[in-house]
Amino acid sequence: MSSSLTPDAPVFAAKTTGGRITDFVDQRVGGSGILREFGRKVFPDHWSFMFGEVALYSFVILLLSGTFLTFFFDPSMAETHYAGSYTPLTNVEMSVAYSSSLDISFDVRGGMFMRQVHHWSALLFVASVSVHMLRVFFTGAFRKPRELNWVVGSVLLILSMAAGFTGYSLPDDLLSGNGLRIIDGVIKSIPVVGTYISFFLFGGEFPGTMIISRLYTLHILLVPALILLMIVMHLFMVVVHKHTQYPGPGRNDGNVVGYPLGPVYAAKAGGFFFIVFGVVAIMAAFFTINPIWNYGPYDPSPVSAGTQPDWYIGFVDGALRLMPGTIGDWKVEQIWFGHMFTFNVLLPALVPAGILFTVMFAYPWIERWITKDNREHHVLDRPRNAPTRTAIGMAGFVWYCVMWAAAGSDLIATHFHVALNDVTYWLRALFFIGPVIAFIVTKRVALALQRKDREIALHGRETGRIVRLPHGEFIEVHAPLDEYKRYMLVGFESPAPLPAVPNDHGVVDRKEKLRAKLSRWFFEDRVAPASPAELEAAHGHHGVHEAVEAAESQKTLSH
Amino acid sequence: MKALSQKRRHPLAAIALLLMGLLVTGGLYAVATTVNQAKADTTTYSASDVEEGGKLFAANCATCHGMGASGSQSGPSLVGVGAAAVDFQVATGRMPMEMNGPQAQQKPAQFNEEQTKQMAAYVASLGPGPAIPEAGVLGEKGDAAKGGELFRTNCAMCHNAAAAGGALTRGKFAPALAGVSGQHIYEAMVTGPQNMPVFNDANISPEGKRDIITFLKQIEANGSPGGADLGALGPVSEGLFVWIAGLGVIIAFTIWLTSRTS
Repeated sequence: MSSSLTPDAPVFAAKTTGGRITDFVDQRVGGSGILREFGRKVFPDHWSFMFGEVALYSFVILLLSGTFLTFFFDPSMAETHYAGSYTPLTNVEMSVAYSSSLDISFDVRGGMFMRQVHHWSALLFVASVSVHMLRVFFTGAFRKPRELNWVVGSVLLILSMAAGFTGYSLPDDLLSGNGLRIIDGVIKSIPVVGTYISFFLFGGEFPGTMIISRLYTLHILLVPALILLMIVMHLFMVVVHKHTQYPGPGRNDGNVVGYPLGPVYAAKAGGFFFIVFGVVAIMAAFFTINPIWNYGPYDPSPVSAGTQPDWYIGFVDGALRLMPGTIGDWKVEQIWFGHMFTFNVLLPALVPAGILFTVMFAYPWIERWITKDNREHHVLDRPRNAPTRTAIGMAGFVWYCVMWAAAGSDLIATHFHVALNDVTYWLRALFFIGPVIAFIVTKRVALALQRKDREIALHGRETGRIVRLPHGEFIEVHAPLDEYKRYMLVGFESPAPLPAVPNDHGVVDRKEKLRAKLSRWFFEDRVAPASPAELEAAHGHHGVHEAVEAAESQKTLSH
Repeated sequence: MKALSQKRRHPLAAIALLLMGLLVTGGLYAVATTVNQAKADTTTYSASDVEEGGKLFAANCATCHGMGASGSQSGPSLVGVGAAAVDFQVATGRMPMEMNGPQAQQKPAQFNEEQTKQMAAYVASLGPGPAIPEAGVLGEKGDAAKGGELFRTNCAMCHNAAAAGGALTRGKFAPALAGVSGQHIYEAMVTGPQNMPVFNDANISPEGKRDIITFLKQIEANGSPGGADLGALGPVSEGLFVWIAGLGVIIAFTIWLTSRTS
């Protein structure tokens, strides 16, 4: 101890300048410890694990390109006359916001490219968040201990939609103005307080002169800050929980099999950022997105045909389009106590989205309650090995897609030469029966795949070679699997229904009865993985086939 | 100029010069002839045109529109629809109609210009109606910006702000306007074909109509400044593109990146 205090004690001295700088920093912030810890974090390798990364990278691209756009965008609704270089709009009266968006597109060097980078990566951001969530759902990665991270992810999805929508409205063009008008209508349809909220939001009657600058503040300050905060929480929890992995030989809930972050994953992830950036840049360079110059300045009187929101808001727009104004003779719009209740707007705008998000947030707890599964899971389920969950997911997915498709009902009508009314009627029917069909079909497909897996595990792979035995019987030769492949087919859990259990007072209460019923619904159709005994028995049976194969190969040798 | 003089001995210079010469003469000729044609359209129809047109009408149109164009159960009366209506419907191939449906479909024109003119003359002789417009209101010398405003207020709710077309109820639709001649756009506005309302001179002045045509021709000629326009269909085609092409390419890369492991 005392020797280290003496000034002439031999201390470590790095040989190179770089080494000395690193050492200087390390002695002050302890970087090597952090690096050692993080560098040894192991990540399993699978393509489906990379959507979260895509989302993160598109967010970084959004921050970079968005910063560029703020240098030139002016979120003012003051009136001006366009004097830029796009002649079809010369001298047209418009807001400063729209005029500066046009200037970014036509008069700022690289502005068009950056605008398109920003918008394409916004679409990609929400798309990759969605696909990432679908992956997490269908592989059961939301189970303990990751329920809270699932919630953070769901919040991120909502925030990304909010970021997208606030940004979509900023250029103050006709298309986005029509979108805002719909939002205004939805807000006004909220009973009693709707009109007040609308007036507060728009600072008076729609469209007012405030909304663009207010959305701008939300878009560049509040929403991205919240997204950043949530991303930090999300990644922190990924570090705490460690990454999940697909089932495989040598993988269990106590380990993670994969590559360390440094150097393999750091290099891959760093390179992948540039790949994502490159893909977005190519899209931005060659494909128009949101050609605001086509739409003209916003003016509450014109509404363009084919007005749609960006894809992630599409399902709400679709639900609005599907809602009938009257059901039979009953008007959905009602006047009660002298107040107008526009349920034909309120219900489709809030109910489907409300159901989707509520189920999404609550699903980890719903499944945990039904299955009473309180163990930690780090090994993922293959979707087929959780047939009911996969079926629930597909039902929700199809429901979403029906509403999503409805947002493009007019384009479906014109491009497939069918009547708009028929498209709407079909989609209305699918809104109710689509999820049911999807549930049944998915569950059957999953069970069939499980049976196929079991068959292959027990009897090997069909080779397509037909062999005639000496006594005249024809058999198809099955090639046995190696044990690694077989493990993939048998190494999964297949829980049985959990009957109702009496509580501490020895009573089976109503809630428990419901849980037992749901458990039966969840697990009654099950294909158990082939047990070691069954494999052993099948192996014995294989003796015949293998003898034949041995004889076969001998024959070929003797020729 | 310096760049030009350096390139004049380029092996392809002669070909380029030839092409330029051909383009200029061809272009001038085309301009000259269309001017003549437009003038011919405005001349009053001769008695023989009316007579020939009557014969063509009886043979091709009277089945639905009735003898004397007085209408029948399957087609409306054409008395008073004017020459412009005939020119639009016949020259764009919508009439004679292939089959009954929500809307007459566009197809290759079934009659040549002479025959179309004769039928127009016949129908115009039955009662006063909108005439085929004069060349002056068709020119592309109007104010595109003003035309754009008029278009967004009056036309965009069916034809889409980018003139990409749109759906109407029960199988009816508003077609895309790219490639439609100025004359046909004008005639459509004054006669209101299919499900389109009539925009008479009190709604939109002839100058306004010319501005609209100028706007449409200008955005067509401008192309898409931001790259491929994906059909100018707005967020739906953009969303499809990002999901299929964007995410598709990225998935291909993720598979490639993770392909070298167990």
